[in-house]
Amino acid sequence: MSQNITPEVTSRRNFLKKFGITVGAAGAVTSLGLLSACVNDDDEMVSLLTTDGQTVQVKKSQLKVNLVEMQERGREGIPGKKYVMVIDLAKCLNARLCMAACQGAHHLKPEQHHINVLQMQNAEGTGFYYQPKPCMHCDNPPCTKVCPVDATFKRQDGIVLIDNERCIGCRFCIAACPYSARVFNWSEPKYVEGDENRVYDIELNVPQKKGTISKCLFSADQLRVGKLPYCVSACPNGTYWFGDANEDAVTNGTSKETVRLSTLLHENAAYTLMPELGTKPRVYYLPPKDRLFDYQNTEKNYLGEEEHGHHA
Amino acid sequence: MSEIKSQEEQKVIFEKIRKDILRPVMSISYGYKLWVGILLTIIAVAVWAYYYQLRDGLMVTAMRDYVSWGMYIATFVFFVATALVGMLISAVVGLLGKKWIIPISRIAEMIALAFVMMAGIIIVVDMGRPDRLLNVFIHGRFQSPIFWDITVVTTYVTISMLLLFLPLLPDLGIMRNHLKKDIPAWQWNIYNILSLGWVGTPNQYKILHRTIRVLLVLIIPVALAIHTVTSWLSAATLRAGWDSTIFGPYYVSGAFVAGSGAVLIAMYFIRKAYKLEEYITDESFNMMGKLLVLVSLVYLYFNLNEFLVPGYKMKTADAVHLHTLFVGKYAFMFWATQIGGLFLPIFLSLFRKMRKPFPMMLIGIAVVLGAWFKRFIIIIPTLIHAHLPIQNVPQEFHEYNPTGIEITITIGVIAISVLIFTILVKLFPVIPIWETAHEKGVDIEKNL
Repeated sequence: MSQNITPEVTSRRNFLKKFGITVGAAGAVTSLGLLSACVNDDDEMVSLLTTDGQTVQVKKSQLKVNLVEMQERGREGIPGKKYVMVIDLAKCLNARLCMAACQGAHHLKPEQHHINVLQMQNAEGTGFYYQPKPCMHCDNPPCTKVCPVDATFKRQDGIVLIDNERCIGCRFCIAACPYSARVFNWSEPKYVEGDENRVYDIELNVPQKKGTISKCLFSADQLRVGKLPYCVSACPNGTYWFGDANEDAVTNGTSKETVRLSTLLHENAAYTLMPELGTKPRVYYLPPKDRLFDYQNTEKNYLGEEEHGHHA
Repeated sequence: MSEIKSQEEQKVIFEKIRKDILRPVMSISYGYKLWVGILLTIIAVAVWAYYYQLRDGLMVTAMRDYVSWGMYIATFVFFVATALVGMLISAVVGLLGKKWIIPISRIAEMIALAFVMMAGIIIVVDMGRPDRLLNVFIHGRFQSPIFWDITVVTTYVTISMLLLFLPLLPDLGIMRNHLKKDIPAWQWNIYNILSLGWVGTPNQYKILHRTIRVLLVLIIPVALAIHTVTSWLSAATLRAGWDSTIFGPYYVSGAFVAGSGAVLIAMYFIRKAYKLEEYITDESFNMMGKLLVLVSLVYLYFNLNEFLVPGYKMKTADAVHLHTLFVGKYAFMFWATQIGGLFLPIFLSLFRKMRKPFPMMLIGIAVVLGAWFKRFIIIIPTLIHAHLPIQNVPQEFHEYNPTGIEITITIGVIAISVLIFTILVKLFPVIPIWETAHEKGVDIEKNL
C-alpha cells in the first residue's frame, strides 16, 4: 500500500517549505484529522504524531488550524498523483459497509449517499448485480463546468472536490451530473460532537453546512496521509481497488494486495459508466461475471423502475 | 400624421388625449387600493413563508436530491419568458413600422421590466445560500451559464428601463407642465426630476428618436440572449428532456406566446379600469390576436420538433421521459398546456369574432396559465428520471409535490411583479401621450 500511495513525504516537505515550521506542525495535525478545537493561548506542550510516524512536541498555542491554508492545500491537490478506483462488480455482496463508513466519516444523514450501492440489471432477462456508485471523478466533469463560483473544481490529482465555504447552493451541479453523485444539505446537516468548533476541512467536507452541496471526495483527507478511502478500507469482500494511475498500481481495500492497474483493466475488460456522455470517469468497473451471490429478482427493471409498470 | 390640422384643432385634440391618459394618474380609485391591498397581503404571507425557508433551509420545499429544481426555477423561466414581450412588441413589431403597437408598447415595456426584475429575485429565493449571493461576483466563472444569465439579465433590465424611461421623457415634461395643481407635491416632484428638464425642442426630439432607435435595435439580441441562455441552463446538461439542440429557439418562441398572453390580459384590464377604449381599441385586440396566432404557430412548430422527433426514435431515456409526459404522471398537465395553452388559443384566435377584447383576455389567461405550467413540465419531469436507478432514498426523493410554503413564496414573488406593474401603470401614463398625439396629427413639438 505505502509503495503505491505515498503522498505524505513529498506533500509534507512541500508544506514545510511553503508555510514554515509552525504551520507545518499544524499541517501534521490536520493531516491526522485531529481538527478539533485547540486554540488555548497557554504554552503547554503537546505531543503530536506526524504523518511519517514520529512524535513531536509542539506548543499548544501554535496549533491554530488555519482555514485559508487548508483551503489552499485542498484546492491544489496532491502533486504527481492521478487517483483511480476500480470496482469489481463480481465481488460486491451489497454488504453496504462502504456506505456506512462513508456516511460516518463525512457526517452524512442516512439518505445522503456519497457512495450508493445500486441494484442493477443491464437488460431484461439478464442477471441482477450490485453496483457501488461513488462520484466518477470525471476528467471531463459536467458538474464543475457549470458551477458559477468555482465552488466545485477538479484538482491536479484527478479528484473533484466541493468547497462548502463558497457554494451558493444553486444546485446546477446536481442537474448537470449524469451519475446523480451529488447530495444537498436541504436542512441543518448532521453534526457530530465537536463539529461546532471544527475548522472546515475541504478534503473531508466536514462540518457539512446547510444549503450547500456535498459529494464523494475519494476521501482526499485519507489520501493525504497515505491511507485508502473510507469506503475502500471498509469493504469486507474485496470489491474495491484504489491507487494511482501514474504509478499504474492499485491496492485492494480488503486483501491489501497491490496489482498493476493496466493489467487489471485489460484482463477483465473493464469499462466506465455511460462512456457515451464523454465525461471520462476515473472510476472503472470490472464486469459482474461469476458473481459471488445468487440471482435476486428485486422487481426493478434495468431502468430502476418497478417491473410491473407500463414500461416494457 | 394624417392631414394637416389647424392650430386650434390640434390644441383640442392634444388636450383631450392629455386629459384622457392622465386621468388615472391624478386619482386613486377604491378598486385600485383594494387590488394593491390584496397584493400586499399575498406578499406579506409569502415573506412569512420565506422566513421559514431561511430558518429551516430548502427542506421546507418539496425539492430533494433528484428533483433539485422545482417551482422556483420553473417560475424563473416563466418570468424571463414573459419579459421578452417588451422586445417583441416595441422592437420587432415597432421597427417594422407598425403603428398599432403605439398604445400598447408601454404596457409591454412595463410588463417586461416588472417580470425580469422578479426573475432575478426568484433565483435568489431558490438559492441554498442567499447570503453568499456576492460570491457570484467575487468568484464568478465565465464558463458557467449562470454567469452568462446574470450578465444578460442585468443588461436586459438596464435596456428595458431605458426603453421605458426615454420614451416617457416627453410625457414627463407634459405632466410637469400641466399637473402641478392636480397632484400631491411629492408626485409632481418625481415627474419634475425625472423629466430631466425636457422642453421638447426639435433637437431634443431628434436625439430622443435616435436614441430609442438604437436601444430598440440593441434590445433584440439581448432579449434573444437572455432566453437562449436561460434555456441553456437546462440544455447544457446531459439529461433526457433537456439535452436538446433546439432549446434556445424553443424557449424564445414560447416566450413570445407567454408575453403576448400577458399583454392581452393587461390591455383588457387597463382599458377597462382607466376607460381608455378610445385608445386601446378593438383593433388593438384584433392585431394582438393575430400576433398571438403568429407566435403560437412558431411555438407549435418547435413543439412538434421537440416531442415528435425523440418520440419517433424512442431512445431509452427519452422514452421514459416522453412516457411520463404523454401517458404517465404528467400527462394531464402536459396535454392541458399543449391543448389549452397552445392549440385552442391558436384555433380560436383565427376567428375574427374571437379577436375582441373579452375573448382575447380569456385566451390571454389560458395562454399565461399554460405558459407557467409548461415551464413546470419542462423543468420537473426531466429531473424525476435520473440516468441511474434512484435507490436507497426515501419515497419523497422519487417525486415532486410542491409544499404549501413553496407555493406561497412563488405566488408571493409573482404578486410582487404584478405589484410593480400596478404601481408603474398608476404612476406613469400607460399610453404615450406624445406619440398618440403625433399619430393624430398634432405637432407635438409646439403643443407642450
